[in-house]
Amino acid sequence: MKKPEIKSIPYEEFTDNESLEKIVRELNQNGAGVFVGAIDDIINWGRSNSFWPLTFATSCCGIEFMALGAARYDMARFGFEVARASPRQADIILVCGTITNKMAPVLKRLYDQMPDPKYVIAVGGCAVSGGPFKKSYHVVNGVDQFLPVDVYIPGCPPRPEAFYYGLMQLQRKVKVEKFLGGVNRKEDQA
Amino acid sequence: MFDFSILTNRVHELLISSMSEGLAIFVECILVGVFILIMYALLALILIYMERKVCAFFQLRLGPTRVGKWGLLQLFADLIKLFTKEIISLKSSDKFLYGVAPFIVIVASIVTFSCIPISKGLEILDFNVGVFFLLAASSTGVVGILLAGWGSNSKFPLIGAMRSGAQIISYELSVGLSILTMVVLMGTMQFSEIVELQSTGWFIFKGHLPALVAFVIYLIAGNAETNRGPFDLPEAESELTAGYHTEYSGMHFAFFYLAEYLNLFIVAAIASTIFLGGWMPLHIPGLDGFNAIMDYIPGFVWFFTKTFVVVFLLMWIRWTFPRLRIDQILSLEWKYLVPIGLVNLIIMVLIVVFGLHF
Amino acid sequence: MITIPEIPLDQFRDEALKLRNEKQMDYLINLVGMDWGDRLGVVYQLESTVTGEQIAVSTSTTDREKPELPSVCDIWKAANFKEREVYDYFGIRFINHPDMRRLFLRNDWVGYPLRKDDDPTDERNPLRMENETTIDTTTELELNPDGTLKDKENMIFEDREYVVNIGPQHPATHGVLRFRVSLEGETIKKIDANCGYIHRGIEKMSENLTYPQILALTDRLDYLGAHQNRHALCMCIEKALGVEVSDRVQYIRTIMDELQRIDSHLLFYSCLCMDLGALTAFFYGFRDREKILDIFEETCGGRLIMNYNTIGGVQADIHPDFVRKVKEFIVHLRGIIHEYHDIFTGNIIATQRMKGVGVLTRKDAISFGATGGTGRASGWACDVRKHKPYAAYAKVDFKEIVYQEGDSFARYMVRMDEIMESMRIIEQLIDNIPEGNFQEKMKPIIRVPAGFYSSTVEGSRGEFGVFIESKGEKSPYRLHFRSTGLPLVSLVETITCGAKIADLITIGGTLDYVVPDIDR
Repeated sequence: MKKPEIKSIPYEEFTDNESLEKIVRELNQNGAGVFVGAIDDIINWGRSNSFWPLTFATSCCGIEFMALGAARYDMARFGFEVARASPRQADIILVCGTITNKMAPVLKRLYDQMPDPKYVIAVGGCAVSGGPFKKSYHVVNGVDQFLPVDVYIPGCPPRPEAFYYGLMQLQRKVKVEKFLGGVNRKEDQA
Repeated sequence: MFDFSILTNRVHELLISSMSEGLAIFVECILVGVFILIMYALLALILIYMERKVCAFFQLRLGPTRVGKWGLLQLFADLIKLFTKEIISLKSSDKFLYGVAPFIVIVASIVTFSCIPISKGLEILDFNVGVFFLLAASSTGVVGILLAGWGSNSKFPLIGAMRSGAQIISYELSVGLSILTMVVLMGTMQFSEIVELQSTGWFIFKGHLPALVAFVIYLIAGNAETNRGPFDLPEAESELTAGYHTEYSGMHFAFFYLAEYLNLFIVAAIASTIFLGGWMPLHIPGLDGFNAIMDYIPGFVWFFTKTFVVVFLLMWIRWTFPRLRIDQILSLEWKYLVPIGLVNLIIMVLIVVFGLHF
Repeated sequence: MITIPEIPLDQFRDEALKLRNEKQMDYLINLVGMDWGDRLGVVYQLESTVTGEQIAVSTSTTDREKPELPSVCDIWKAANFKEREVYDYFGIRFINHPDMRRLFLRNDWVGYPLRKDDDPTDERNPLRMENETTIDTTTELELNPDGTLKDKENMIFEDREYVVNIGPQHPATHGVLRFRVSLEGETIKKIDANCGYIHRGIEKMSENLTYPQILALTDRLDYLGAHQNRHALCMCIEKALGVEVSDRVQYIRTIMDELQRIDSHLLFYSCLCMDLGALTAFFYGFRDREKILDIFEETCGGRLIMNYNTIGGVQADIHPDFVRKVKEFIVHLRGIIHEYHDIFTGNIIATQRMKGVGVLTRKDAISFGATGGTGRASGWACDVRKHKPYAAYAKVDFKEIVYQEGDSFARYMVRMDEIMESMRIIEQLIDNIPEGNFQEKMKPIIRVPAGFYSSTVEGSRGEFGVFIESKGEKSPYRLHFRSTGLPLVSLVETITCGAKIADLITIGGTLDYVVPDIDR
């Protein structure tokens, strides 16, 4: 059973190990060769330590994202500070803020423009499920209605430490993926 | 000072003794090509790491620390990731121009890089018109940028490429004028001779006032040539998304990214070769003991130290100043830098003619 | 409780002109659409900058199929976007308005959400995943000389214009705002601003929520003026109920408002510098902002969304360390603010980018209703804290910063000077917080007596107002927030004509709007 290592936090201290182990079991049903596994490890190490987020923020959670890049919390320590403005050069999209019906097609288009392999993190109550605006007529109740979400970070807004926890969970998820010879996630042909 | 030409001649004789001349030269070309590519990649990695750490320290934070000790392996992770990204081909782009643009930029950068002498005897291209060749080769890079903007078939890259093209072509004039001023002082255009002539003192001291003015103009114009610093409007993130390389992903984007940092290195390397002595140690005429101590330190250490100091200076400028608007950039060039450069040239000519230099 | 006389429809236009010219009511504070069951109408809140008098009038029509009211957008330019908003919510068309399009909702939206007989969550408007079609024409209802009405088509952009999209996802629009810009080389010929990408329907939601529940939504409007927004709503409800809060609460609310203002202006500085390319200054601003957030977090529990003011007081008493930490912070900021000016204000590149760019005249500022730092930079003394004091502002002595030039540099300097003034206000109050209750005893269910109520505060970005019509229930009949940002976006078109694209970024950065406040 592959146990991805994150620097300075032991494996047992993460709260959601069950879903990670489920993913590992599904991916490794057919076994993995030693050589291919070693190359996979190196490639996944590279990919997980170099997420370039897309600058996308609609409302309040965007300010906490900016605070994450600022001097006190400094996401550059992880290597994530290269926030690209063009979706063609970004790896992950942190959906910070409420997504409204008018913004949903724009977000889907941005997601489609990103090159594979790409990941989506839903940040804040509004992106997870609609948040305080669940009953509104113009708010999409959760961005997972039209995007495949990898990590959910709840909060309104989540603290920068919560952002880091979510990013580290994404790092663990990337570290158990198969790069050569395997399909990590089935996407609908929508 | 260790003369690397001894080493290269021995390798040449070794190859000639075991195979025909043509084949030996072919093997040498391949070896030199591999050497250039490795140097290029290594320097790019060092420069990007340096930029991230330096800018972090200016901005009261730490920069990459988690990936490897002090974040040294961060760039390797970035490179692995860029290798494994999908290269998106656009439906309505001009396929050939879109695909060839990053290669033009990289090739122009590599050719310029091979002109620079790193140590005594360690030059790759050394003609008697070295400076002229260098200026010509570095100008071909702008073609790649314009093709990238045009071939992407999208409005933002087009605006970015047009701005960038106008800016680079304008500032080549200032670069040329400041180097021409120094050529008047040096009397030669061959790089190895330029460095040899500085054994009695670097040209920035020999040429005093006009050389200093030429140095400042060269740094400003060189900064603008590489689309960095206060002149990065064409790729300004907060205005045009990402300028001319908006539509590139994966390795194609990596080429543009690396070429930008290498161009910075090349501008700094030329500044340190022509103005600060290249691989020549600091010699003060008359102090022989001091000169002997300076000679102990090998040439490439001097070269890289000087270049990285100039690189640090350019990074410092970038992370402090806001950016100029395109009409301000062009008016700075045409209304201020070119007239000052021309007057400076005349003053240098007068100084050389009347022997008023050191 | 304010009284709103109703003016009959056929006399309305003349009355409006009389109010503007004879009584010098040149500032249109608010234009609120209303649905009174049998009639659809609009309430206008006006103020005179010359005499300081405030007045409210209304007009209505009984025709619910094709409601038409005369437009006042040629008298007060602020009415341009606000009438589009009323059309969007209620379907009321305004005669002679040049651009009768929806403001917030998609142009293929069916129905008018804020009408009482319209349920916007039903199946007429599913989540549409295709982009809305871009329509370059708009309609205008023109009044013929003989009194009949005619539909006229106006062009927004011609076919041959080079139109570039800036936004909605763009690092420099401070949120999701879409500008369609018609360019000629680098020069901007025309801008069309599309709002609504973060329209969350707060006003419609409020009609089904109780008053304490609505408080939770106000923090998320202008999240950099969270305390001030909640203060406005609490003040309005307290005024309606006739509740007097204790002096301690007034002092605490004032100090929190001023700390929030400093926080917002530091973020303004950081984002402006980032937009102009001086990235290091961004980090300076955030470093000091973190100290304020620490103070907030100790007392209120949150960094950005604080949920602190409640009806009748504040949620919890201030932390014992509050006074000491605020005093330390003021000393720290006074010592370090020169760095901000050294790195940016004195820089020749920054001054060249900002001086003379985007000049807004005083007349235009008043006509558009552009309050806050923008209005004060154009010479209009519009600070609510000075002219209509509330909370503890009458007890403190501070200067109102007014500059005359009206360009981007003046807008920038106004906010930098306001940071200093806010520190002075806090210094005068911090040592003298009186003892008292931090929360008055309120009934468990709050019912506001029937009538119209409104109150305004000086938010970080301008005059933020709340307008409530209540029928005595525990939810309001109509709740409207007077947005600080909507006038600012509506004047982008006027001041960027002839400027370059790079100037659009400078202007947007110095106007300092926050998009969720515009879209509500």
